[in-house]
Amino acid sequence: MESSKENLAVELQGVFKKYGDFVALKKIDLEIKDNEFFTLLGPSGCGKTTLLRVIAGFEEISEGTILLKGERIGDLPPNKRPINTVFQHYALFPHMTVEANVAFGMKMLGMSKAEVADRSRKMLEMVKLGDFAGRRPNQLSGGQQQRVALARAMAPGPQVLLLDEPLSALDLKLRHAMRVELKQLQMETGITFVFVTHDQEEALTMSDRIGVMDHGILQQVGTPHEIYEKPVNRFVADFIGETNIFDATISHVGDANCVCVLRNGSSVGCEAGSNPQVGAKCHLSIRPEGLEMSRANDEPRSLGGRVEQVVYLGTDTQYLIRIPSGELVTVRCQNTIADGVNYSTGDEVALKPRDGAARLLVD
Amino acid sequence: MAGIGGKSGESASSAFAPIRAWLIAPTWLMIGFFLVVPVGTMLVYSFLTKEFRGGVIWEFSLAAYDRFIFDRGLFGDEPPKLELTYITIFARSIVQAAIATALCLIIGFPTAFYIATRPVSTRAIWLFLVTVPYWVNLLVRTVSMKFLVRESGPLNTFLQWTGVISEPLQIINTDFAVQLGLFYSYLPFMVLPIYASVERYDFALSEAAADLYAGKWTILRKVLLPTVKPGIIAGCILVFVPSLGAFLAPDLLGGAKNFMIGSLIEEQFKGNAGNWPFGAAASMILLSMVLIVLLFYARRQSVRAGA
Ligand SMILES: Nc1ncnc2c1ncn2[C@@H]1O[C@H](COP(=O)(O)OP(=O)(O)OP(=O)(O)O)[C@@H](O)[C@H]1O
Ligand SMILES: [Mg+2]
Repeated sequence: MESSKENLAVELQGVFKKYGDFVALKKIDLEIKDNEFFTLLGPSGCGKTTLLRVIAGFEEISEGTILLKGERIGDLPPNKRPINTVFQHYALFPHMTVEANVAFGMKMLGMSKAEVADRSRKMLEMVKLGDFAGRRPNQLSGGQQQRVALARAMAPGPQVLLLDEPLSALDLKLRHAMRVELKQLQMETGITFVFVTHDQEEALTMSDRIGVMDHGILQQVGTPHEIYEKPVNRFVADFIGETNIFDATISHVGDANCVCVLRNGSSVGCEAGSNPQVGAKCHLSIRPEGLEMSRANDEPRSLGGRVEQVVYLGTDTQYLIRIPSGELVTVRCQNTIADGVNYSTGDEVALKPRDGAARLLVD
Repeated sequence: MAGIGGKSGESASSAFAPIRAWLIAPTWLMIGFFLVVPVGTMLVYSFLTKEFRGGVIWEFSLAAYDRFIFDRGLFGDEPPKLELTYITIFARSIVQAAIATALCLIIGFPTAFYIATRPVSTRAIWLFLVTVPYWVNLLVRTVSMKFLVRESGPLNTFLQWTGVISEPLQIINTDFAVQLGLFYSYLPFMVLPIYASVERYDFALSEAAADLYAGKWTILRKVLLPTVKPGIIAGCILVFVPSLGAFLAPDLLGGAKNFMIGSLIEEQFKGNAGNWPFGAAASMILLSMVLIVLLFYARRQSVRAGA
């Protein structure tokens, strides 16, 4: 375990941030690895920006420790931390040319004139703005400004780059293009990225690891796969992708698995979370694509209902099923040519979780 | 004008087209009557011959300008030498106005910055306080200033009482008194435009600069000041121009030694001793100087904007 500590870029230990009585960050423990594309994901107001500002040094923490490459940086002002930020609204210097913006940080670090000029040009070429060096920020489009902000922040060669929703001001198409570019830049330069977004698709497609936040608490940290397939609690399951949440009771506990009984009496097997107790109430999360649908049978204890809505989505078809308890369950089936089965509204269907699709949630 | 937004604006304003000329008419009348006519009169008078005991004789003459520049002896029959008296007064005025402007900037900038960074709810109160001195007439304020700083006035009494000084400070009738008076007269003209531009300043820029390894002073010099420069320049013009032509503060606080343009001009039109064409000529020279500075500045701005 100790050896893995060596390649940590940023480490937060028990970090609290309070604004008066309001606790914006609650006991954040987080390790961000070197060369990693790490994303902070969460709803508006959950504390993502606050966490970035704490790392950058714009906010003093109320409690805890911040380490950069193993060294405490909690007392250093922002201009002494080898960390750069791409601001949400770019904050480009309006009175300077694009080139002067990019050169600013390097000049402050005392690099030689020739080196600054050379590197500014390289950075601008890297973000494909070589021809725009002499312009002012207000003569650029939103996407171009965003890239200047990126070049400016990367030019001094920071150890960590912080990005606060850098794509949110762009239109959809540009956003998709910039996702790919950003990811490529990160891999080419090897700089550790800490990227903030409230767009889960952005998080899932770009990140090496994701930290999901809510109410100032880091709810779960893991790879996109882990976060999506193995959410630890109801908030994460709900926030990432679509899911169906069922009330259940634990009926049997095995070594690695346990069995839960849904309210209608059908039992579902799932991976055991942290020490489940027989008889305890719990929640099960089953993704829409994790449910198998068939024509209703007479087996009394199967989960079933009536098709209420059919939505054709191209590759998939999504069904809304009303189950006897009154709740709506979402099921998504792939449209394959071979599989000609189709259901229409009013059909009675039976539902069965695929193997491993059910996920036990601790609340 | 251009773009989709411009269209609705144009059609809305074109609804006013028939009366648009009338909307601006009162302003044009005011400017025409109270600015163009007096300035025109001055221009004409500066080229006329002086009448003893004030007034003019309607006879073309360059005597007023000649007197400003050349010294031809007491009876006007010696070979012309450069006359330094009035040029000195002009030079002194420029220096005095510049120092007053600098004082206003040094005190006004931090003040404006402080106000602009208060919570929005309290800014109005601070701005209100800045303008409070304007409720009192300038003459009254200047006279009371004279009272405050005179030899046996409250300032000297206080300083002697605290033991900082043993002899009363000679403030009245010095250059410094004039600078102080001008500073006090025009400080709000510096504070308000700077406030307006600092208020619009995006403090994320300061954070961005700090993030890029700039210290506090560098942020001030390289990011904040250049961004709020238009406000600073506007404030400097608004203080410098009236200071240059001021006569109350130099008259009341500066005494005879510290004559400035304003007093020189005022004197030419006072009582029977005056020389109207000469006063008019001095006014025209002052006006041209100010206009040249302003035009130079405006040109630079438009070149900048066009680039
Ligand atoms: N200076 C401040 N004083 C008081 N409360 C603050 C301050 N800054 C942020 N907060 C509060 O802290 C919480 C977290 O704010 P933060 O800006 O980190 O949210 P966020 O996750 O970045 O949200 P968004 O996605 O909307 O940008 C919010 O509830 C906010 O109201
Ligand atoms: Mg935010």
